[in-house]
Amino acid sequence: MKIKALSRPVASAQAPGSDVARQPRNLDPALHPFERAREYTRALNATKIERMFAAPFIAQLGKGHVDGVYTLAKDPNSLQRFASGSGDGIVKVWDLTTREEIWNTSAHENIVKGMCWTRDKRLLTCASDRSIKLWEPYNSTAGAPPTATWLGENAFTSLSHHRSKNAFAASSGVISIYDLEKSSAPPDVIKWPNATDTITSVSFNQTETSILASTATDRSIVLYDLRTSMPLAKTVLNFASNSISWNPMEAFNFAVANEDHNIYIFDMRKMNRALNVLKDHVAAVMDVEFSPTGEELVSASYDRTVRLWSRMKGHSRDIYHTKRMQRVFSAKWTPDNKYILSGSDDGNIRLWRAQASKREGIKSAKQRQSLEYNEALSERYAHMPEIRRIKRHRHIPKVVKKAGEIKNEELKAIKRKEENERKHTKAQFKKRRNEREKMVLAAEK
Amino acid sequence: MDVDLADETSQRTHFNGAVPLERPRTELTKTNRDAAQLQRRKEAEKAYGRGRKIQVKGVRDKKLRGNLKSLENKYKDATIKLKDSEILHENTEGFLEPENELERTYKVRQDDILPDVAVETAKKKFDLKLDALGPYVCDYTRNGRELLLAGRKGHIATMDWREGKLGCELQLGETVRDAKWLHNNQMFAVAQKKYVYMYDRAGVEIHCLKKHIEVTNMEFLPYHYLLATVGNAGYLKYQDVSTGQMVIELPTKLGSPTSLTQNPQNAVLHMGHQNGTVTLWSPNSTTPLVKLLAHRGPVRGLAVDREGRYMVSTGQDLKMSVWDIRMFKEVNTYFTRTPASSVAISDRGLTAVGWGTQTSIWRGLFTKHSLEQEKIQSPYMAWGGEGKRIERVKWCPFEDLLGVSHNEGFSSIIVPGAGEPNFDALEVNPYENTKQRQEAEVKSLLNKLQPEMISLNPEYIGNLDLLSAEQRKAEKDLDKKPVDPIADIKNRGRGKNSSLRKYLRKKGSRNIIDERRLKIEELRKSQSEKQKLKIKQAEQELGPALGRFARKGA
Repeated sequence: MKIKALSRPVASAQAPGSDVARQPRNLDPALHPFERAREYTRALNATKIERMFAAPFIAQLGKGHVDGVYTLAKDPNSLQRFASGSGDGIVKVWDLTTREEIWNTSAHENIVKGMCWTRDKRLLTCASDRSIKLWEPYNSTAGAPPTATWLGENAFTSLSHHRSKNAFAASSGVISIYDLEKSSAPPDVIKWPNATDTITSVSFNQTETSILASTATDRSIVLYDLRTSMPLAKTVLNFASNSISWNPMEAFNFAVANEDHNIYIFDMRKMNRALNVLKDHVAAVMDVEFSPTGEELVSASYDRTVRLWSRMKGHSRDIYHTKRMQRVFSAKWTPDNKYILSGSDDGNIRLWRAQASKREGIKSAKQRQSLEYNEALSERYAHMPEIRRIKRHRHIPKVVKKAGEIKNEELKAIKRKEENERKHTKAQFKKRRNEREKMVLAAEK
Repeated sequence: MDVDLADETSQRTHFNGAVPLERPRTELTKTNRDAAQLQRRKEAEKAYGRGRKIQVKGVRDKKLRGNLKSLENKYKDATIKLKDSEILHENTEGFLEPENELERTYKVRQDDILPDVAVETAKKKFDLKLDALGPYVCDYTRNGRELLLAGRKGHIATMDWREGKLGCELQLGETVRDAKWLHNNQMFAVAQKKYVYMYDRAGVEIHCLKKHIEVTNMEFLPYHYLLATVGNAGYLKYQDVSTGQMVIELPTKLGSPTSLTQNPQNAVLHMGHQNGTVTLWSPNSTTPLVKLLAHRGPVRGLAVDREGRYMVSTGQDLKMSVWDIRMFKEVNTYFTRTPASSVAISDRGLTAVGWGTQTSIWRGLFTKHSLEQEKIQSPYMAWGGEGKRIERVKWCPFEDLLGVSHNEGFSSIIVPGAGEPNFDALEVNPYENTKQRQEAEVKSLLNKLQPEMISLNPEYIGNLDLLSAEQRKAEKDLDKKPVDPIADIKNRGRGKNSSLRKYLRKKGSRNIIDERRLKIEELRKSQSEKQKLKIKQAEQELGPALGRFARKGA
């Protein structure tokens, strides 16, 4: 008879003299019952933990401004410097590592409307006092006079710098392209032939560098090409847009922050419909910006909140607010994609985490692994009602919540009315307009 | 020319009669390497696969198709890697094999085994003589390290049997019907005369569960932290031992139960009754999930294999039957000479049956991968016959050991090939130290499963609720064409009462002539004409004499 019985010496579990217990694995499914249920429970716990660690607000920078912060501009050549412009004409430059102010000046007489950094780390500001000024925050002391000043005919509203050339665009009633090297030369002017209204914002495409987009108070979005010095196309939406941001990764896509509480993402080549409509704000959106990865967006709104969006989804993935934060006029991603800056009416500049529950400290491999595992789990079971509920749940200020409910009710009423009208008119034979086309009033070329 | 001729002759001499192929079809003959690869993949799929693949070709959505494809590849990769990880297993299973045709494994006695196994293993065979407070029931902890013995007359003892160290010993002085370890070796529950009590490792009473009255059988569901008890009154009660809450009390309405066991795969409880039925229970339904008539007499013993595929039941009717509990079909029936009091299935599928003073161990009562289950002619091993009436048999997890408790104490016997050779230290670790035990306890409490997750199919969790999604989608789409109820009505041609007529009668709103009504009438007309034509044809076929027998709906 051949006989063998199991024998595992105790030494095989822990070698004598060692304090490390060995942990052999056997991945046979028979030894691991309830795999789905256990995985789901782990996913639920992971989601809960993720929400528990969500603390988006990091700090306010320095002492902020005396008046509201209406513009922010980050230095494309530096990870840690950015400038803020206030309602009383003061411009401050901040250092992100120390979270302190490093330079300031009284730049204009009233609201600083637009700012941008040049390639050689100088700062351009503009305001409704019809001047554009050039500053050197890196090389001068606080309060030093500007190195150059341009005077225009109208109040300036916005600035944008060219990616490579030493030139910048300033918007007023028209778009003027200034050459930094020839400071006394008159600017090149481009505009839509019959446009008369104020252009509120202008933005250079940083990839397709000669393309320029602008929004105006006549509700239009106009695209220009510098190579021909001609406008390309004009699209009129139902409401005016406040701000425009190009996608840094997909050169032809851009997002506009609209007065009708929505953000629209457009494809430059196909302006008759939006690529996506981001709906969640309950007041006009004042500013929008694509993240450096081009995957996400941040928006600042008049409803006193900052929202974060995924480019692909229609609703925001997160909402940031504090009790003291007033109307938010500007929000920017830091160039490392990890933080968000917001400037609001209460004069404070706030620093937020881009991922509310993420911590940037150095992690051990084990820690990182478990975080990754948790993330994968909660994504895998994202469709489960309980997990979805916990993931989506946010505390929202009462005002915003109430406003959202009222807005929802109103939208429903409008829809109901339209449907009722359809039933009894010829409109019933027409197809309903796509939600992504509805806001386009007219397109011209 | 000469050269040519010479060539031809040499070819002719080599010709062996085979027809030469113009174009060899090499694609059909796989190379050895390919075949090995395929075989390997097949084996991996068999052992670690998670069901059928999704056919991605039929999916029209490009993005979804891409995602599904990459997922499928991931799964395939994972199964192969799992299979490959088997080379890391350290131990192989034990065996008892006859060397010639005359040898029989069931004739091998413990004394024959002892000299042939390792000294350390041989030490694991022991007998405890406790004949005063008998009959005993026994229970091993989940990792098989500690043993709990409970004598009917109130003697409780726990021990680390490997080291022969006594944990605690209690003389309760009242009837003890059952005893069970909870999730680890720190706590155990004892069903006493009236209530169920919980004791800690040192034997200190920590809880008295007054809601569990006159309990006869207990089961502990380790992943759900549920203690399930059933008493003489036939009430099945689930108590959450981590929160202390009573989850549910279920009246079985079948009287005092005769046996209770759990399906380790889906945590469903199997209960045997006096009338020969076996009922399956979950805390989510007040009626049994399944009720099956297993025996013609009380069901004495029940056991489910670890993969939840087969159940073995023994009854007062001298039968032992093997059930496929995925189909609820009897696989085979065996005969026991006296009613078997207890049955247990080991990790590797060995079935121990305690009947009278004997214990027999069967191998291959069921096999995982074959369609046909053969009937086994003789047991694998046997033990007993020394006048010890067997009360309970219990396999020691991860060891080749069977614990037999009887009226004279407890015996631990060696059964080669019973235990799972390779344990998973992160699941259940027989060699865990204090720190590991504590950590495992915290982890398992964090991953505690909810009682609602218990169901016959434990894999349902995480599935999409497709039905309600479809409904929601339908409600959302306003441009959808309205459904025409009339188009759905088919003439099934059964009897006089056509479905159209029925529809007219029920929903026809008699006096309103509208478009719908006209449509129905027209349809009816055409249908009845068709019918008439059919009858006429049938009449013609049957001829003038038989024509009147032509039937309408035929």
